[in-house]
Amino acid sequence: MASVELDLQPPVDRSTVPPLTDTTRAEAREIIARYPKARSALLPMLHLCQSVQGYVSPDGIALCSEELGLTKAEVGAVATFYTMYRRRPAGTYHVGVCTNTLCAVLGGDEILAALEESTGLHHDQTSADGMISLEHIECNAACDYAPVVMVNWEFHDDQTPQSAVALVERLRAGEPVAPTRGPNRQCTFKEMSRVLAGFPDGLATEGVQAGPATLAGFELAQERGETAPRYPDEE
Amino acid sequence: MFTPVLSRNWGDADSFTLAGYRRHRGYQALTKAMSMQPDALIALVKESGLRGRGGAGFPTGMKWGFIPQGTEGQAAKPHYLVVNADESEPGTCKDTPLMMANPHVLIEGVIIASYAIRATYAFIYIRGEELHVLRRLQHAVAEAKQAGLLGELEIVVHAGAGAYICGEETALLDSLEGYRGQPRLRPPFPATHGLYASPTVVNNVESIASVPSIVLGGAAWFSGMGTEKSKGYTLYSLSGHVKRPGQYEGPLGLTLRQLLDISGGMREGHELKFWTPGGSSTPLLTAEDLDVPLDYEGVAAAGSMLGTKALQCFDETTCVVRSVLRWTEFYAHESCGKCTPCREGTYWMVQILKRLEAGQADEGDLATLLDTCDNIFGRSFCALGDGATSPIVSALICSACAKKDTFTPCPHRFREEFMAHLPNGCPFDARRSTVWADSLTGAGA
Repeated sequence: MASVELDLQPPVDRSTVPPLTDTTRAEAREIIARYPKARSALLPMLHLCQSVQGYVSPDGIALCSEELGLTKAEVGAVATFYTMYRRRPAGTYHVGVCTNTLCAVLGGDEILAALEESTGLHHDQTSADGMISLEHIECNAACDYAPVVMVNWEFHDDQTPQSAVALVERLRAGEPVAPTRGPNRQCTFKEMSRVLAGFPDGLATEGVQAGPATLAGFELAQERGETAPRYPDEE
Repeated sequence: MFTPVLSRNWGDADSFTLAGYRRHRGYQALTKAMSMQPDALIALVKESGLRGRGGAGFPTGMKWGFIPQGTEGQAAKPHYLVVNADESEPGTCKDTPLMMANPHVLIEGVIIASYAIRATYAFIYIRGEELHVLRRLQHAVAEAKQAGLLGELEIVVHAGAGAYICGEETALLDSLEGYRGQPRLRPPFPATHGLYASPTVVNNVESIASVPSIVLGGAAWFSGMGTEKSKGYTLYSLSGHVKRPGQYEGPLGLTLRQLLDISGGMREGHELKFWTPGGSSTPLLTAEDLDVPLDYEGVAAAGSMLGTKALQCFDETTCVVRSVLRWTEFYAHESCGKCTPCREGTYWMVQILKRLEAGQADEGDLATLLDTCDNIFGRSFCALGDGATSPIVSALICSACAKKDTFTPCPHRFREEFMAHLPNGCPFDARRSTVWADSLTGAGA
């Protein structure tokens, strides 16, 4: 018989959550101005709220509804539809382990189990110190680097249980960590959310242009001296 | 065998910058396109034979041609170009590395396509879960704008928030309008009533990124590659138990055998057991299908779909029930909930497959599983429901037997393996499938 596990986490202590400010509101209006119709701004606005508070709080829902002239129910209906919007604060480092078929088979299941054991966390839980949250995620379009772990949606490719546990320990200890395909340092959940809201962080030019698997065919073509046919004006 | 076009500058450390792109004739197609009439560009793309690279294979030029032009009715409304960069189909990993290494080829394609369909606003809807790719796109748009390449065009890079269904074009449009991402009933089609109920083209990243090369090379150059009805080059994504996973750019119509032969094959001491030609929604193929030409017609003739050319290869250590269960859990999680067959059916399929994996199922459950698939397929708004049935049905019924329409497990696929789960659950040792398995045991067992 199927059993239902109740997630009885304590309510969010809102006194520890930074407030949304006039700056947040001004930035929300900047987002709205990008679109021909205001409501299109809702998804990036919710990312913006997460960049301040680490999750979509009732205040975040209220801000979006006020700025867009929607009811809170309308905003809440959208916020709860999308997996990336959190109803409780994410950790500073939100760790996702791909357990869709390909990554799971290649070792993602073992990686998740190892991280659950080392952190004591399970899916959708955040550590008491607020540093780490854990999630099993769906395919993240990096199957040629399986098994994949994402930290705040930066790629940490070709992981093993040992490397993933070490990665999380380093993050927790505040040691420098860099994604395999990403900028020179791992950003925080709130920093990430700001980029998702459409406010660039200036790190686009850091990191590799492509990882080794991305270049597999390119390099084989070079070794074999193969190219596409020349354009007519090159002949 | 390989024809790097999109990937031809990927080896340069600055391939993602405007300067790096310009070294490889970047934005020269734009200059040429701007000297042409918009309708001539649409005709050129039609003539090239380019078909949508997002999975469905619809002719791109024809899609552009459906946009009503003129000053009356729908045509008078603003026109929009929307790039579908919500790459989420399990196994699919082509647009992500493309946009990371070469975002400008997409931006150039966006500017040309917008000019052709007479759009002054373009959106790139990228999934939210790939931060560095988003950064590269934001940076490329800013560079292009600063260089004066956009003209009157506004390009908005819009990050999604984690919903596979938003890869479905009408769900994507709802999401872009700030709603829950749920598919719309068609007709009307996006070409007349898309974003904000205005004429809209929705194209996949790779399709739009192919446009600059078509403008520079011409229709004959492009259609000189590929097969009779599947023209041009494409990105094949090899993954799984292979020696050299990665992106391989070649003409349409290559075979998995060719790609494996040239890239080193399956991992040492192991054999191909099953594979997907284009993501988990495309019916599974087996080692018998190694010589199927990977083009739209060839894969369809083998009973599957070309999809996104996401070639996920699994060897004999892999349990097909476990694989299918995991995909089914994915569809259950990602079902948007709009249609009852998909919403409820995927939930029940997960329950049955879990029982099977745990050794708590009986033979009747296989029939129930297929019956559930039969009640989902063709009975949902969008292709997610159909796709959810693909792994299960193709694991139990081969394409030849499927044509007989009896819809019962046949002996040519993995019926025996499903049956082997009945007494005591999964007979496989999952540890043997991991990438580190052989380094632990020291041999390909």
